[in-house]
Amino acid sequence: MVRGETQQDPLNAFITLAEIPPRAPGRLSGITVAVKDNISTRGVETTCGSRILSGYVPPYDAHVVDLIRNEGALIPGKTNMDEFGMGSSTENSGFGPARNPRDPERVTGGSSGGSAAAVASGMARMALGTDTGGSIRCPAAFCGIVGLKPTYGRISRYGLVAYANSLEQIGPMALSVADCSLLMEVISRFDARDATMQDRPYLPRLDGDIRGMRIGVPAEFFGEGVDPAVADRVRKAISVLEGLGAAIVECAMPSMEYALAAYYVTCTSEASSNLARFDGVRYGPASDYKKPWHEAFQEVRMQHFGPEVRRRILIGTFALSAGYYGKYYGKAQVAREHVREDYSRLFQEVDLLAGPTMPTVAWKIGEKSDPLSMYLADILTVPANLAGVPAASVPCGTVQGLPVGLQLTGRAFEDELVMNAAYAYEQGVKA
Amino acid sequence: MTVPIGMEAGSAVRETAGSGLAAVEGGRETVIIGLEVHCQLNTESKLFCGCSTDYRSDPPNTHVCPTCLGLPGSLPAMNRRAVEYALLVAKALNCRVADEAEFARKNYFYPDLTKGFQITMYNRPLAEGGYLDIEGDGAEKRVRITRIHLEEDPGRLVHMGTPDRPRYSLVDYNRSGIPLIEIVTEPDLRSPKEARRLLNGLRTTLEYLGVFDGDQEGSLRVDANISIRGSERVEVKNISSYRGVEKALTYEITRQRGVLRRGQKVERETRHFVEARGVTTSARSKEQEHDYRYFTEPDLRPLQVRHWVEGIALPELPAARRERFTAQYGISPEHARTLCGELRLAEFFEQMAPCGNPLLAATWVADTLQGELNYREMEIGKVPPARFRELLGMLCRKEVTDKAAVEVLRRMLDQCLKGEEVQSPAQIMEKNMLGKTAGDTFTGIVREVIAECGDAVRDYRAGRGEALNFLVGQVMKRTRGRADPKELTRILREELEPQGT
Repeated sequence: MVRGETQQDPLNAFITLAEIPPRAPGRLSGITVAVKDNISTRGVETTCGSRILSGYVPPYDAHVVDLIRNEGALIPGKTNMDEFGMGSSTENSGFGPARNPRDPERVTGGSSGGSAAAVASGMARMALGTDTGGSIRCPAAFCGIVGLKPTYGRISRYGLVAYANSLEQIGPMALSVADCSLLMEVISRFDARDATMQDRPYLPRLDGDIRGMRIGVPAEFFGEGVDPAVADRVRKAISVLEGLGAAIVECAMPSMEYALAAYYVTCTSEASSNLARFDGVRYGPASDYKKPWHEAFQEVRMQHFGPEVRRRILIGTFALSAGYYGKYYGKAQVAREHVREDYSRLFQEVDLLAGPTMPTVAWKIGEKSDPLSMYLADILTVPANLAGVPAASVPCGTVQGLPVGLQLTGRAFEDELVMNAAYAYEQGVKA
Repeated sequence: MTVPIGMEAGSAVRETAGSGLAAVEGGRETVIIGLEVHCQLNTESKLFCGCSTDYRSDPPNTHVCPTCLGLPGSLPAMNRRAVEYALLVAKALNCRVADEAEFARKNYFYPDLTKGFQITMYNRPLAEGGYLDIEGDGAEKRVRITRIHLEEDPGRLVHMGTPDRPRYSLVDYNRSGIPLIEIVTEPDLRSPKEARRLLNGLRTTLEYLGVFDGDQEGSLRVDANISIRGSERVEVKNISSYRGVEKALTYEITRQRGVLRRGQKVERETRHFVEARGVTTSARSKEQEHDYRYFTEPDLRPLQVRHWVEGIALPELPAARRERFTAQYGISPEHARTLCGELRLAEFFEQMAPCGNPLLAATWVADTLQGELNYREMEIGKVPPARFRELLGMLCRKEVTDKAAVEVLRRMLDQCLKGEEVQSPAQIMEKNMLGKTAGDTFTGIVREVIAECGDAVRDYRAGRGEALNFLVGQVMKRTRGRADPKELTRILREELEPQGT
């Protein structure tokens, strides 16, 4: 199998190109839906962007894959991603970075960078991504498309290879809000196999009427590290919403100060446990059975996990270990509770929150060499994951020719309202 | 509910608080034992997936699915029946059921573990603070239960080669995800015998609840904590049979006493029980340094168990059944205890009791049959109730002597063991000439004896009653025990009556 950039896939948007046919005609008939490579596809290799899963062919379809195939979608392949979703640029893929269609020298954002590149370049009309701390919204913003991180518990995670279970959701990505909303409608059907799912399917309501809607703008969303040109673009977008009849309310979200730390402790802790199963015994590159098992496990994991994955496993293992649990994991859960409280307080006053999706536009491939500066790029997206609330990114123009995303966040299970506001903005800008 | 502190519990508290003062029982240092008992719940499907739990006669890795194989992307889905079973146990063991119980991940690497962690419960178990009364030396003894929780069984390793020359190991995941209940006791046990009794008590209770099958291989596993007062405690892992618990603990007491006698210290450590050799061996010290990094299982929601348990009714438990047996059938407390000590035995007895003479049924089931079964290491479940009932019927109608009935029973059980079809008692008696044959035949033998033992006959007629016993003995000999001695005495008396009066 040819991997990396090819004539067929110059942006390296896909890890595996494979035409997975629909099972029945339906609302997605004639539509291509690319699927991120951490979502299991029966009979088609699912690597999560990791060498440790090369050759792993799932014997079952994820619930969302079942749903889209039963609605007529054709899956053109499995999209590139940061290994196990650990990254914000798709540079951490075990199969080479994906390239931004707007500027192939720049990153797509991540970790669902392949999905965003596939949609933005027209290789697929829609895509499924996953969002643990911004992994749908970040590449949607960087590639100039629409992406929604649904409310936690609204989409079945059955078949999604876990990175951080309590944070992540599968979500739709598309060029338009209407397409994104349609895909969301299809994938939100209940599945009893995911105990954290609730039977509250998404019922689209795209009328573009946001008159009287109250939209909060937390000062922290425009704080330190946010590129002034990006901030300016987003403020203009917010004034468009105001022009459409929404009331803009300045507000504060003090928990933002701890959100990033709480996020990274939580996701690495969960990851250190989730990724323990990759030991070379049952699938993926085999461990050397002639060696004592612990040596063989160590060898496989050292050889086939990339450096960022190894780093996060180490951080998470440390955060959960005896004597440090209270100081790190325990404390992170307290901070997480503060973030939830901030949201519920704010959502008593306003219906939505608005701000930039990312503090900057897409950077150049290889530009961010230290992990910390990459982590900092997630500051605006992680709060929604910590609280489990829905958040969308909708394109709101460009800065120096590179797309900027407007992030809209709503109350839990009000994904419909978030999408309607995004729709209003999209239509308002067109008019 | 609160746990009443009875005499037994009170004395346990005193002993565990023994601050260096040599507490001595029976002239030796006090032995302190606490158990962690893991029992497989006999639900139809596994704890977190729909795979069948009936795997023992099937090839390896045939009862598996993405979830119990821990394939990437799979998720656990709670088996509500398993929770109900565990709650039944909690209720039967008089525990306080939590408002909310929560699953946690226990993280460690091992090839039999499909996910690199085991889903178990950690700081929010299903239930805490219960007790079970067991037969003590003398009075009943109350053993306190610390906690009860649910968890999943890992797979099973099969080691190829020999212990000295291991070659490789194969892994079978059929067992992966079987629901386990872990029952932890307080260190209230004082001897290997008591530990065995506790296990028997737990087994009986769980079987009465219909949640456990103690006959299934590997359905019970025990870790024991044992110390001699004043010394460090040692954890003995890997005990997988009722007898093994007694053996392992007895070995460990001898070993620890030996260490102390040599003036050395017992080290706090984990040891493995090697069933085949009946010894415990020190586990590598690395294994004790586990940091399991427990945290809440994010893929499952907390269980609201307090409300749940309120809707669950307990069936009749051993103690209640013992009382009912003595009241309903008039049998002795000892027989009731034996019969109720094993669910199948109690049920077997209840099938036999309507034979007309419950006392006779109790003796035959509790004593005779049990003895014969133990001798053959046979399960009560293998005995055909209809055949045994026929035999009891014949005993009730005095159609067979006790001695002959034992012979019949032995032959029936042997037929069972050989897998043959079990014949009716009448057929067995006929075939083996065990029948209480028609009176005529005995009369013939009686007359023979009278004719041959002239001296004894004369003595009897002279009024020496003991001569009759001699004559009965002679006849018994010739009938090879088939005859009923009372019946013979009557016939002899008749025959010895002076003729023609």
